[in-house]
Amino acid sequence: MQVTMTVNGTDITEEIEPRVLLVHFIRDVLRLTGTHWGCDTSNCGTCVVLMDGQPVKSCTVLAMMADGHSITTVEGLATGAVLDPVQQGFMEEHGLQCGFCTPGMMLTARALLDHNPHPDDTEIRQAISGQICRCTGYATIVRSVKWAAEHPVLSNADTDTDSDADADSAHGATADEVRA
Amino acid sequence: MQIPAAFDYVRASTVDNALALLERHGPESRILAGGHSLLPMMKLRLARPEWLIDINDLFELDFVVHDTSGPDAGTLRIGALTRHTTLLESAQIEALFPIITDAEKVIADPIVRNRGTIGGSLCQADPAEDLSTVCEVLGAIAVIRGAGGQRLLSMDEFHRGPYETAVAHNEILCEVRLPVRSRTGSAYEKVERRVGDWAVAAAGASLTLAPDGTIEAAAIGLTAVGQTGTVTEAAAVLVGRQPTEALFVEAGRLASVACDPIADQRGPIDYKRHLADELTRRVLRRAFARAAASEGPNAPAPATQEG
Repeated sequence: MQVTMTVNGTDITEEIEPRVLLVHFIRDVLRLTGTHWGCDTSNCGTCVVLMDGQPVKSCTVLAMMADGHSITTVEGLATGAVLDPVQQGFMEEHGLQCGFCTPGMMLTARALLDHNPHPDDTEIRQAISGQICRCTGYATIVRSVKWAAEHPVLSNADTDTDSDADADSAHGATADEVRA
Repeated sequence: MQIPAAFDYVRASTVDNALALLERHGPESRILAGGHSLLPMMKLRLARPEWLIDINDLFELDFVVHDTSGPDAGTLRIGALTRHTTLLESAQIEALFPIITDAEKVIADPIVRNRGTIGGSLCQADPAEDLSTVCEVLGAIAVIRGAGGQRLLSMDEFHRGPYETAVAHNEILCEVRLPVRSRTGSAYEKVERRVGDWAVAAAGASLTLAPDGTIEAAAIGLTAVGQTGTVTEAAAVLVGRQPTEALFVEAGRLASVACDPIADQRGPIDYKRHLADELTRRVLRRAFARAAASEGPNAPAPATQEG
């Protein structure tokens, strides 16, 4: 069957079997191996990608279900050579050890910050509670996400830097503009 | 590597279209909603449909509406394709049915909740599934559509047993209707080994208070402990009585006697009975506090209520 989706901003059309899972489509067909494939049972969360900006476990989504949708993988986080604040945060705060859970953790963090730019520790821990770091490096992962929250990318238009309003849709829209 | 057996895939554009596709492709076709129960079962060959009919484009089944006038006045209607995340984040649901919000916080994990749907959960009918208990406690009505029109079923009629419902192969669960009652509070609590696991045991309760402060109506449900339907004997002891801690303790005891858990890797029978008892007490306390704190949206008049 023909499947068409946008992956990291690029329109892609491929011929696939309906039973191909999104994680295998991304890794084996598109050769974007940054998305990891772990437990295969929607428990570990290393296969998380963003579908229309929302984190999903790609081992439990058919590639056909992403037809017409927009997918962001870890390869889509950076803009050219400029890392996303989440990626920078994982570097600054040592958010990875073996690195296996990292792509899923970073995409969930990106979606969290788009939705809620100033999460507290509990909100960060809840957001990543569907993901497993087998190095048990959760404390540094939480610190990495906090670092990203404290260092958002600012567009030229965004002059009022640190309005500390609570997370709301208006704030989310600002974050989206910054990401765009 | 776990890959489902080969199947054909089609996307439905409307409910009528989905019904026509079910009719055309016969009993080996399945509705695909969030996919977080069906796809794992297909990977394990526990399910092997020949056709998947994807209903994720049916936005007409994704809604939460509180009818305050018309024939369904006093009813909250939830579309079957409404995602767990939507239910969890709905302030309207938290105000009317906090039991749903309680349950959604502990259903799977935040990322699975982005995909999973209330309709999918009910139709999967896993004995450890939380929303089945919640819907039983709330006296939900399932709205099922087929080629011949729609039919309304109580949860007792809807559930046929573990993994079995009254929804025929050529029908679709479209909506869940919940009666909104004033002076009512509800709560849910689950014990799980870790985030995202199935319940070791869970309990839900709804209490409606009479103007004089006694309990006018009560429902208690249990999850994952072999209970079919609500625990009527535990609810019956509450009705007409003044809510007290001693009464809740008695209801907990009756719930632990009524259920029929099995020993498995999640715990022995004694432990599960203990949980049924303790969790029943806790949800009754919380449901009562909520009922006492809120007169409810449809309260005819702000009846004065003493402590």
